Amino acid sequence: MSAPTGASRTSVVRAGSAALCLVVCLGAPAACRAEHAGPTRGGQIVVAERTPPSTFNPVLAADAQTHAVVDRLFADLIHINRRTLKTEPALASSWSVSKDGLEYTLKLRPDLKFSDGHPCTVDDVVFSFNVYLDESVHAPQRDLLLVGGKPIEVRKKDDTTIVVKMAEPYAVGERIFDSIAILPKHVLGEAFAKGALGRSWGVDAPPESIVGTGPFRLHENVPGQRIVLERNPHYWKEDGDGGSLPYLDRLVFVTVPSSDAEFLRFKAGEIDMMSRLSAEQFAALSSARGYQTIDAGPSLEYNFLFFNLNDLNATSNPALAKRQQWFRQDAFRHAVSAAIDRAAVVAIVHRGRGEPLWGPVTRGNAMWYNSALPRPARSLERARALLKGAGFSWRKDGALADRDGTLVEFSILLQATSVPRGQMATIIQNDLAQLGIRVTIVPLDTRAVLDRVQRTRDYDACILGLVDADADPNVGMPVWLSSGEQHFWNPSSAKPATPWEAEIDSLMRQQISARTFADRKKLFDRVQALLAEHEPMIFLASPDILSAARAGLANFKPAILPHYTLWNVEELYWRPAPGR
Amino acid sequence: MITARRAVLLVVIAVHAIVLSAPWVAPYDPAEQQRLLAFAPPSRLHVIDAQGRWHPRPFVCAIEPSADVPFRYTENCSRTYGVRLFLRRTTAVGFTTRRTLRLVGVDEPGAMFLLGTDEFGRDVFSRVLIGARISLLMAIAAVTLSLALGVLLGSLAGYLGGTVDAMVSGATELVLALPWLYLLLAARAAMPLSLTPTEAFVIIMVLLGAIGWARPARLVRAVVASARTNDYVTAARTAGASTAHVLRRHLLPQLPVVLVPLALQLVPQFVLGETTLSLFGLGVPEPAPSWGTLLASAQRPQVLVDAWWLLAPVAGLIGICVMYYTLARTLRPGPLVSRL
Repeated sequence: MSAPTGASRTSVVRAGSAALCLVVCLGAPAACRAEHAGPTRGGQIVVAERTPPSTFNPVLAADAQTHAVVDRLFADLIHINRRTLKTEPALASSWSVSKDGLEYTLKLRPDLKFSDGHPCTVDDVVFSFNVYLDESVHAPQRDLLLVGGKPIEVRKKDDTTIVVKMAEPYAVGERIFDSIAILPKHVLGEAFAKGALGRSWGVDAPPESIVGTGPFRLHENVPGQRIVLERNPHYWKEDGDGGSLPYLDRLVFVTVPSSDAEFLRFKAGEIDMMSRLSAEQFAALSSARGYQTIDAGPSLEYNFLFFNLNDLNATSNPALAKRQQWFRQDAFRHAVSAAIDRAAVVAIVHRGRGEPLWGPVTRGNAMWYNSALPRPARSLERARALLKGAGFSWRKDGALADRDGTLVEFSILLQATSVPRGQMATIIQNDLAQLGIRVTIVPLDTRAVLDRVQRTRDYDACILGLVDADADPNVGMPVWLSSGEQHFWNPSSAKPATPWEAEIDSLMRQQISARTFADRKKLFDRVQALLAEHEPMIFLASPDILSAARAGLANFKPAILPHYTLWNVEELYWRPAPGR
Repeated sequence: MITARRAVLLVVIAVHAIVLSAPWVAPYDPAEQQRLLAFAPPSRLHVIDAQGRWHPRPFVCAIEPSADVPFRYTENCSRTYGVRLFLRRTTAVGFTTRRTLRLVGVDEPGAMFLLGTDEFGRDVFSRVLIGARISLLMAIAAVTLSLALGVLLGSLAGYLGGTVDAMVSGATELVLALPWLYLLLAARAAMPLSLTPTEAFVIIMVLLGAIGWARPARLVRAVVASARTNDYVTAARTAGASTAHVLRRHLLPQLPVVLVPLALQLVPQFVLGETTLSLFGLGVPEPAPSWGTLLASAQRPQVLVDAWWLLAPVAGLIGICVMYYTLARTLRPGPLVSRL
């Protein structure tokens, strides 16, 4: 699922992990010696979230802040490693797929226990899937568990084995099990039977009632101030030496409403790590002592400019209909794209810590990145030739006019709260002024922007950003399918408006049931090529994931999938240091 | 000897002359982006070169971006550019170029940023000057509008009394009781958001004027209401003078004494009003610079650490406020010092 905000995908560390280790060891030999002596147990880390979680019920968790906390309390059967982007065993120790790709057999780990000491069994797994699939629960992840429009079937085979049947082959494969929390039937069974599961485990629930299989369990919740998690003594995961995890005793979340406030508190020592830093914050910390700052590479976020290509009633808004005549021309969109200085976007907006984009997949997502896409440098001459070829001309004062002599001017909508996208708009405004196009920037609040784009469709152009929640192209279905809500240039269409959109629809549907990665890659490469050929979205740039922690925190390995820094919280520990 | 009042007046006239001629005084076009020189610090004007020789004409050294750290620059005084008066600069507009006369500047490829540059490499000094022009002109126009409304409504209420007075006074109380800043924000948010800089200028000016009429109206009403009971007014009315005549001949001439200081207090208040709107993205849109949009880009604490010069509009705002309030005080009777 993609979210229109501005926040995240996965990362490949720019230098390899070996190189990173070398740098760390050169920079802090004492720390490296301590690391080799073995991890230290105990202590706590304090992290900040913008808002407190809206629930402790993992089935109902929808926003990133809630997931940050809840995902530490619960575990899934198969987990996507946020760093390698590959699946790995979690509560299920192994799994196999039938030849026809319709049946998955998962083996549960032996002796699993919930955080209250109660055994976690196959019955709990079946119960959990029943909860997620129950329509009356309204789980946001329910849609992900529908394959070919039908819910998956989960049944118990024996005391350690679960069989999952799908209606048709599903290319996403075992990734479907990621982030589906296994729930305790002995705690929630009664509430579910009564249809009251949606009211269970709200933010006012007693801490001891929240029971999961994650590395931590809830210890204290002071609403609006802090949430304290304590080590789960029954956690199933072990470190390489067979020692129990997690190493830390406590994990504390404090509510800090802005990135600036979080940064100041981090520098004051009140917070131990920051998941996302702005490039300027990162630059300030990189030159300071006592911190480890890591650029995890391009994120899964892509920012883009798009034009209103909706099929609107020309009589209701003739001025917009006139402008849409320009927007519909491939040559016009290509000219705008050619005039935009993506290098300046990266240099100014991301202070060099980002990647210019010509497609929706960043280098951070190496598996799906199409390296064959054309990535032309900025060229005003090419832009001018394209416009000239499409019948546009320039007046004496340098302003661009169409065939009818109408001056080419339009407005760009954007979210007022997004400083980076505001800066992108200012750069684009200046770039297009050099083509003689006058651009007005219209900052609105996020809800108003989406309302105009998805409902009233009363706008010229818009800058938005999407963050893929997974590296798999399947999460982009709502964006690339012409019927998708996030098919922003013409959302939720009854049928594809152009032949190339019809082709993208077909390719996206084929890739979801293709059996091999190579087949899927070929199909998705073609989708990316079609997007580059027609540029319904003019891709701009992707920021790197920039994170920081105190120098003494070991195993700090930011990833490009959320949660960027807590994904391996069970492995984090403090290196012994005087005074700590 | 120059009196304090005259000195303040001279300062006010000089500041307004500079601000009004901003497009000519500003060394650069305020929207011109020199992206390779983003966040460049204020240029240092030199009079002594590397060999220790004096130069009567100040000069700037070439600035070069640091190879390692983004937005760090070093001066290279092996290449210098003398500051020149009355020079022509070429600005690109679309695919044509425009040559404009500038009061001061240096020859290209030299760059003279008196107050540094912002994140897009735009000259902050030019933007502050042009921004001052937008903010000040808008405030003065809005004050004129609110005074016109205030005089009209206040004099009618004060002279006619009765129902008209009750209605105008009630409306005045209501407007004064509302927090004007929030009222302004709400009213602006209800307007169309996609506006050209000129449309935005007019709308904000009208909004400021429409919300700011209450104080002048109350003042005018009080002056007119007290004056209309004077014997000479009664005599004129007894002699058959019309309402318009009495207002024009006897009552309105008394107003400048109270209205001028009030107007002088309203100007900085309206400048702040416009700045606040622009700060929240509801003012004059980019690329037109107003002090509010300039300050909006300086909101992040790290920017203030790295590029303190972006706070220049704050100094401008303080200067404008002090200047206008001082002028308002000097125009009152009594020694200046006791008023200060």
